[in-house]
Amino acid sequence: MVEVLDLRTRLRPYRAVLASRVRSQRSYRAGFALDLLSSLLIGLIELAEIWVLFHSVVEIGGLHFTQMLLVFGLAELCYSLADLSVGHCDTLPSYVRAGTLDVFYLRPQPLLLQLITSDISLRRLARVAVGLAALVTGLVLNDIAWNVSAVVLLALAVLSGYAMFAAMFVGAAGMQFFLLDGAEATNAFVYGGRYAATQPASVWGRPIVVVFGFFFPMAFTAFLPAMALLDLPGAEWMPSWLGWCAPLAAVWAWIVALLTWRWGVRHYQGGGG
Amino acid sequence: MRATTRVYWRLLVAGFRRQSRYRLAALGGLVANSTFGLLKVVILFATVRAGGGAVEGYDVGLMSAYVWISQGLLGSVNLSGRSEMAERVKSGDVAVDFLRPVDVQGAAIATEVGRSLFNLLPRGLPAVLIGALVVGMAMPTHPAPYLLGAVSLLLGIVVAGATVYLIAALGFWLVDTRGLQIFYLAVSGFLAGLFVPIPLFPAWLEALAHATPFPAMLQYPVDVITARVDLAASLGLVGAQLAWLLVIGGLGQLLTRAGRRHLEVQGG
Repeated sequence: MVEVLDLRTRLRPYRAVLASRVRSQRSYRAGFALDLLSSLLIGLIELAEIWVLFHSVVEIGGLHFTQMLLVFGLAELCYSLADLSVGHCDTLPSYVRAGTLDVFYLRPQPLLLQLITSDISLRRLARVAVGLAALVTGLVLNDIAWNVSAVVLLALAVLSGYAMFAAMFVGAAGMQFFLLDGAEATNAFVYGGRYAATQPASVWGRPIVVVFGFFFPMAFTAFLPAMALLDLPGAEWMPSWLGWCAPLAAVWAWIVALLTWRWGVRHYQGGGG
Repeated sequence: MRATTRVYWRLLVAGFRRQSRYRLAALGGLVANSTFGLLKVVILFATVRAGGGAVEGYDVGLMSAYVWISQGLLGSVNLSGRSEMAERVKSGDVAVDFLRPVDVQGAAIATEVGRSLFNLLPRGLPAVLIGALVVGMAMPTHPAPYLLGAVSLLLGIVVAGATVYLIAALGFWLVDTRGLQIFYLAVSGFLAGLFVPIPLFPAWLEALAHATPFPAMLQYPVDVITARVDLAASLGLVGAQLAWLLVIGGLGQLLTRAGRRHLEVQGG
């Protein structure tokens, strides 16, 4: 009981900051509505990029469009939830240039926790909605044997997928201590990772399986859990039972992300403010 | 006339040289563009194979050329909607630009085009080279597509610059054009044919894309360089690009003149 109270006191500053961000975004209503609309449009266009391909062919990498909806929905939902909560970590160089990061150093709270809780992008809720709608449609249209294990698998997939994308953002932030001007390089695995996650991994060649299948475990966010849920065989080097290992992949992603973050922080010597 | 041309040429060169200072940024962009290129290759090649070796005239060789040239152009064709001009309108710095004896629109676009042209060196050529070496691609063997392609590519860059300028010029009335910019960012890549070539679209969506200036920025130059369409059709595409440039450039000129009278700069 005492511990719970203690934790609540310790989390209070973070809650206060986040609440102020939420209030500030809701106070400019017209601007916020436009932001939501743009965010919705981006999500829909990302779905359209996949749908357009299925206009020319019936299946890609052995998957039909309805099955791809399930993969896309899972990936988009997890990615946009991560983007909503920690996506701003990706713009670390602007925090460095503005001197905001140096202010974080002055406070008696962990740096990473302050960075993560320093902002929240509510406009991304529109993309969360697109991802959720695609996922639900995919779940309804496909022939899934619903039982306890299917529900557990789905819940594990969403939680681990969210954790993996969040780890990508944190890892990118860690690398940006070195890259600064070259920060766009991290887009390769943050946005490239999102793009890879929405693909059927069965079309990948071996180098991409190594990079986006295992090192950045993007196949574990959507493709593998979806294959396990649909009871399909998966891909070469990636049997569908690996879908159950999504939590392990999330742990791996966070180990890499936290090591990269630590490495970056040790390198950082101040913004010269 | 010659003196005027020289001013814009100087501005273009200045933009080119300024961009050449951001070497690390260019390298970062190349890494990201190439990774995306490899991922685009696998999904689009799988689509071509699923279509029995060709979809809508695209075989793997042509698809690869499409992927790598379009990825290479990403650093030069402004699909983000962001521009320095928009910042200057918002901050009021544009008032100083109006005092200079050069056309504000012409100067802004010339500088932007200079920066875009520089990016072809560290981001454009290496991306195409990586694609040619790692994946391989089918390219035309006679000089005509390349010569006409260079013209088309330049026109594509200028059309994009002029369209982004249009957003900035609307800032004379809206002040904050971030909403418009994000809208441009959302639709431009898709309608320009960045992720999926436009001929693969369903007929209605393809018609919709052609009714916007976006294909003139990316799909048309790529079509001309890869000789996906014959010479006569290529000339038609370049003509369409010129027409878009006239319309968008003219509109930008009108907005600039009207905006100049409307401009209010706060503070002093």
